[in-house]
Amino acid sequence: METFVFFYFASIIVVTAALVIGLKNPIYSALALLVMFFHVAGLFVTLHAEFLAIIQILVYAGAILVLYLFVVMLLNLKREEHFHSQWIVGLFLGCVLFAEAVLLVVKGETTLGDNLATPTASIELTQGNTESIGELLYTTYLFPFEVASLILLVAMVGAVILTKKGIMEVKG
Amino acid sequence: MTLPLADLVTILPELLIVGMACLILVLDPITPSGKKDFLAWMSLGILGVCALITMTDFGETVVAFGGLVVVDSYAAFWKMLLYLVSGLTILLSMSYLKEEKIELAEYYAFVLLALAGMMVMVSGTDLLTIYLGIELMSITLYIMAGLKRSEARSIEASAKYFVLGAFSSGILLYGISLLFGVTGSTRLSEISAVVNGPASEDPLMLLALMLIIVGFGFKVAAVPFHMWTPDVYEGAPTSVTAFMAVASKAASFAAFLRVLLEAFGGVKPNWNVLILALCVVTIALGNLVAIVQTNVKRMLAYSSIAHAGYALIGIVVAGWVGIDPDVSSRGISSLMLYLAIYSFMTLGAFAMVAILRKGGLEGENIEDFTGLAKRHKGGAFLMLVFMISLAGIPPTAGFIGKFYILMAAVNAELAWLAIFALIFAAISAFYYLRIVMVMYMRDPSPEQEKNTRLTLSPQVSVVLACAIAGVVLLGVFPGPLVSLTDLSVLSISPVR
Repeated sequence: METFVFFYFASIIVVTAALVIGLKNPIYSALALLVMFFHVAGLFVTLHAEFLAIIQILVYAGAILVLYLFVVMLLNLKREEHFHSQWIVGLFLGCVLFAEAVLLVVKGETTLGDNLATPTASIELTQGNTESIGELLYTTYLFPFEVASLILLVAMVGAVILTKKGIMEVKG
Repeated sequence: MTLPLADLVTILPELLIVGMACLILVLDPITPSGKKDFLAWMSLGILGVCALITMTDFGETVVAFGGLVVVDSYAAFWKMLLYLVSGLTILLSMSYLKEEKIELAEYYAFVLLALAGMMVMVSGTDLLTIYLGIELMSITLYIMAGLKRSEARSIEASAKYFVLGAFSSGILLYGISLLFGVTGSTRLSEISAVVNGPASEDPLMLLALMLIIVGFGFKVAAVPFHMWTPDVYEGAPTSVTAFMAVASKAASFAAFLRVLLEAFGGVKPNWNVLILALCVVTIALGNLVAIVQTNVKRMLAYSSIAHAGYALIGIVVAGWVGIDPDVSSRGISSLMLYLAIYSFMTLGAFAMVAILRKGGLEGENIEDFTGLAKRHKGGAFLMLVFMISLAGIPPTAGFIGKFYILMAAVNAELAWLAIFALIFAAISAFYYLRIVMVMYMRDPSPEQEKNTRLTLSPQVSVVLACAIAGVVLLGVFPGPLVSLTDLSVLSISPVR
């Protein structure tokens, strides 16, 4: 049953992800993306990561995608045809790489999951989802967490610098 | 929870740099315009302080945050190099930004934040930390590439860099996640334990290894993952190009080498031939395509691709099987030496391009250098030395760098690779010396005579002096730097 559920979510994710880049109308792409986000959230639920599943829907589907849709509607984008001129080459290369990866994995014996370095990677949670994530973020992964916050800071300042009108004249 | 004070002391330089970057962002609005240089001087000051702190890190190994970061001689060496490059970039930018009318104090904050990302990369011992370091560096560079907003090329460079960078990050992350599936960890040491042991032939591990090599290949601009380099280097403001070509390449190489040796050091046969192939095509294509360029920035971009190829020889030697461990560590130390020398000469060459003005624009075509020797003897001579050094002709530092890295290849019984690299070094002399020829043997047209000029400022003079001193002194007395690199090599895990 678990395998079935996984393959259901996984295949929908792959198909909708392909649709996101394949569809010509940006609104359809965004909607395909929305479906994908929901299925990723479903995948998180099957892994007992309910907090992540909720966050996935709240942040990605709720905030980011809606914002994206607003932008698409405000800009009134036309159907973009010229981005799709190379899809045959892309599809061909993608198939070749995929076949290579499948061959490689089928040929050898994978030890996936048999040799985990830290058995803690799959321990049962003794406390709630949210608490464990919070604790990990603020203890073990404090350093990367803070680096990630810097990335957000840079992105924010950068967005202002690159888009604000007249900023060069004021400073110059 | 208590704050891990000892850990915070370990990453003190990073904290200072980030703190200064934030301080600049806050001080910028309250600094009267015209006094923005003050902020640049403050950043230079903090770089000096950090250099003093990092100097004490040589010779010791401190692990912090439970194995997420390490401060060892290897990281200390790269950090010192990065401080130097960032400092020179800031000096170069102070007058360049005024010329280009993009004088933004945020620029200095960006340089510092990119530097912080690079420092995280070189001292990260966990794929998660290294990845975040790469992202911090890259996102900052995407923005810096687009700072010349009035020019379409700059915007294009930024967008192109962003899309391809995001793409390469995706590939790298895919590799990391597969590796996590196989090993259950992102710590390099724990990955190494699994990869060297039970999972040494695991196909998923091989796939992950391949994807990680592709991801880093993008960052160091190795062929065939180099397509972004010429356009981005050409479109970005020249001071940013210099920073990208030197600092981001050095940091990417440092992280690349650490990942390969510390996580995959036990399965060298699985990756050394792959790197060898990258190395051969990178040297060949970088040098050949550089010949047909007419824009100096594009030519230097292809030259930097070719130099990445030479530096990859160091990784090949470090990963070659069946050779003396001493020779392996020679590979590492010669790579460090090569990139340190490369930094000086490339920074010098880009500084020259940045100060050559044609009317109100940058003189970035090769023909803009026509007859420079007639009017600016000093400037033309500096460019001559940088070009000779890039071509690897003695007595400059470029020769020393090539000499050590090719000797390492010969000692690793890869003499054919050394000969191959030498042939292409000879070919490279063609396009480097063409600039020299244009400067010394052609007369400028009256129009060029009138329009092109060098804009020297005290800060740029310091940059050029540092670069020329590095190129000449390291060419004549390479000893101290060689022993420093020998001292700072990574300890290599034994080959099975």
